[in-house]
Amino acid sequence: MSNPKDAIKEKSMVIQKDMLANLFTELSNAKVNGKKVVYTFVPGNLTELILAMDMLPVYPEINALQSGMRKKSGGYIKDAEKLGFSEDVCTYVKCDIGMMLNGNIGPTGEKLPEPDLLLLSYTGCFTFLKWFENLEKLYPGVEIAMLHTPYQEDGVITDDQIKYMVKQLQEDVIPKMEKVAGKKMDYDRLSKMLDNAAKAEDLWVKVLETAKHRPSPIDSYFAGVYYMGPLNTAFRGTEEAVSYYEELLKEVTERMDQNLCPVTPEGEMKEEKFRLVVEGPPNWTNFREFWKIFYDMGAVIVASTYTKVGGLYDQGFRHDKDKPLESLSRYCMGCYTNLNLPQRVDLIEHYIKEFKADGFLINSIKSCNSFSAGQLLMMREVEQRCGIPVGFIESDLVDPRYFSYANIKNRLESYFQMLGQRKVILEQEEALA
Amino acid sequence: MNKYYLGIDLGSTTSKAVIINEQDEIIGRGITNTRANYSVAADIARMEAVYNARFSILKRNLAKEIESKPQYKKYLSDLESVFQYEQFKVRIDKLGDELLKTCYNYFDGERRLKMIDHLRIIRKTIKPKIKHQYIYEDLGSKNQFFRDIVSEKYNEEVNKFDISMFEPLMTIWDKSITAAENEIVQFDFASLITQAMDLLKEKYENLPDVAEDRAIESESNFDAEMYLLKGDFKNVSESLRERIDEVACLDFNIENMTGTGYGRALLPFPQECIRSEILCHAFGAHAIFPNTRTVLDIGGQDTKAIQVDKYGLVTSFQMNDRCAAGCGRYLGYIADEMSISLNELGPMALEAEKEVTICSTCTVFAGAELRELTNMGEKRADILGGLHKAIIMRAMSLIARSGGVFNEFTFTGGVARNQAVIKYLAQLVKANYGADIKINIHTDSIFMGALGGAMFARRNIKIDLPSAKKAGALA
Repeated sequence: MSNPKDAIKEKSMVIQKDMLANLFTELSNAKVNGKKVVYTFVPGNLTELILAMDMLPVYPEINALQSGMRKKSGGYIKDAEKLGFSEDVCTYVKCDIGMMLNGNIGPTGEKLPEPDLLLLSYTGCFTFLKWFENLEKLYPGVEIAMLHTPYQEDGVITDDQIKYMVKQLQEDVIPKMEKVAGKKMDYDRLSKMLDNAAKAEDLWVKVLETAKHRPSPIDSYFAGVYYMGPLNTAFRGTEEAVSYYEELLKEVTERMDQNLCPVTPEGEMKEEKFRLVVEGPPNWTNFREFWKIFYDMGAVIVASTYTKVGGLYDQGFRHDKDKPLESLSRYCMGCYTNLNLPQRVDLIEHYIKEFKADGFLINSIKSCNSFSAGQLLMMREVEQRCGIPVGFIESDLVDPRYFSYANIKNRLESYFQMLGQRKVILEQEEALA
Repeated sequence: MNKYYLGIDLGSTTSKAVIINEQDEIIGRGITNTRANYSVAADIARMEAVYNARFSILKRNLAKEIESKPQYKKYLSDLESVFQYEQFKVRIDKLGDELLKTCYNYFDGERRLKMIDHLRIIRKTIKPKIKHQYIYEDLGSKNQFFRDIVSEKYNEEVNKFDISMFEPLMTIWDKSITAAENEIVQFDFASLITQAMDLLKEKYENLPDVAEDRAIESESNFDAEMYLLKGDFKNVSESLRERIDEVACLDFNIENMTGTGYGRALLPFPQECIRSEILCHAFGAHAIFPNTRTVLDIGGQDTKAIQVDKYGLVTSFQMNDRCAAGCGRYLGYIADEMSISLNELGPMALEAEKEVTICSTCTVFAGAELRELTNMGEKRADILGGLHKAIIMRAMSLIARSGGVFNEFTFTGGVARNQAVIKYLAQLVKANYGADIKINIHTDSIFMGALGGAMFARRNIKIDLPSAKKAGALA
């Protein structure tokens, strides 16, 4: 494995890095500058509300995954376990708690400020609730706002559900945010941000769509997790995010027009051999090694469900400047982890067909119930409906003890060889027909 | 010239080699224990397979003679066993040297002299014992590994000495066996077979007369074939000489090869000759039983549930993750805990009158549970019955994950040799997936991965897979 410092980066990645660096500097100076800090989660996040009130968001699960990538999570998790957290608790939670116990130093080496508000708008993950209960104990007296997002049990978002959520926003969430921020919500500013959000969302969808091209100019999973960053976190609704996605789209369109394969940390892939749809989050502690197994075998992820945890924009949803609270409510309820299992299977089937995938692979995460529950069922269903080879591997988000390189490589190699054989047979069958 | 293809399956516990001809028929098998040095394990398995192949070619060439005259058959099986001893002999000598070398490195003065005396006694005793077992007791057909055979004999001798010698002699053993085992010895088949023939001559010349022997042995123990051969030995050996020389000089051309198994990446093979063992096991199992749709393979540290299509190609698979409880090593550990050999486990479990419930999630815990249950008065057979059932319960969950059992169902891997495992597998498969599921188990089940590898090698892997047309016609 080459040194992570040697990673080859596209221009858009450099832009994003700067955006993040500025955010963390701003966060480290938040208290000095009198800025209020809101801790909140990625799926169903209300970033525009936070930014419209001049507050700064912190996303604990992003910190956890960053700690995983920086090889710090193992130590943090052990510290949380010393405090009494069980081996089976979500490793994002333990990593986050461990990081706080160790001085709350963020990914850039700067200290993260303590929260002034815990804003919980959880979608499909009940652990979020427990996570913030624990944070409340670590930061006694911190203000808490909770937005209950109904699960899409019947596969539809009803008007009643929207009313229920808007009411919570109006009567509880926004007043609490106003109290912490010390000012009233500026709805004009919010509308402007939602307009920017929709622009960035349009661009993001166009980026994702380029993967339909053969060869795909992007890897929708391994690179996708970087691409989705600004839209899923602190930049949605900003001009910066719009510019970032303009640059990204320009880059990937150029690559597509030249029939180039995705850029990997070791340079451009030479050949696209397999097109895959992947379900489940990636492993962060061995992210580069994990990715390398794929690009070394010429496997490109053309669509993934994980890049939809922050919103299913590709299925038509947009933030709406004219209906701010209603569209935020729809947004929360429409995130991938808030879909029921039949909806998830339909979505995967749609991706496999639309993106002409050769295979479907699940990376099942030991400590993530909201993703892992029902995955085997989904796999069987997808296999039956689409008739393509399915694969199943297991790892974890940020606990390095659960990433077994030899086992995963062994399974993936077998899977790719299996896809290779299938291609040969299909070609032979086609030739005969 | 005939073309042959080699498949090597470097498993976590054993390394297997299979040689096939152009008709996909197995003509050579070799198996050895996997050791830290993968390339040595692969070489030994390969050499064994090549020798075995020469013997099978010889037997094929002599098919008519063997059929009509039982003394020919007897001569050849004796010869194969003695031939194995000839290879062993070289390794035993090597081990003897290593033992002395270690002794010099680790001990001095009086102590060293004392140790050397003991080692000399051991050397003098174990070699003739092993020789005797190969020549008269057919040890060659038992497929035991060098390490297992010599360690058993060494232990027997050490136990005869004063207890104070146990520790130092075992230390010497531990530090010598690996070196002896890992040295690649280049044998010349022709000269080895000549030596083997001489040894066989010695055996038959020295055999007591029939009448004398019959008085000692009971009627049922009487080896009719052996005495038939004794009476005709000169004639048989002389008439076979030329045919044996012919096979010994045969230019053995391995056209292509494939490496598979856990250690495949470390095999000294080019990248394009390395295949996943999942594909190889499935391909091998499907070749032997062409109607196979589901394959269960239980090896040393892996359990694999594999679904295949009509071509023998994998459509999906599941493997045990994070924990290897319930695999071959689990049985090995249990055998050690009970101080019995691995081969005794299955037969003992078959005597179970009930199955004691035992956890199969952790090998080490199962060992503790076994001691506890023994203390509580449970019968060994019933505990073992429970353990064997637990293995299959675990495998059943993996099979369910892979999509279930489809007719026909083929069971492969080293564990498929265990009769108790087979019993519970049949019970549970039929109970869960219907009594009409046909279960296939082949005597070569442990070689399925290597066979699949050899078959991929013959098809040159990618370029010439079984054509859809041909496979379609078969299906």
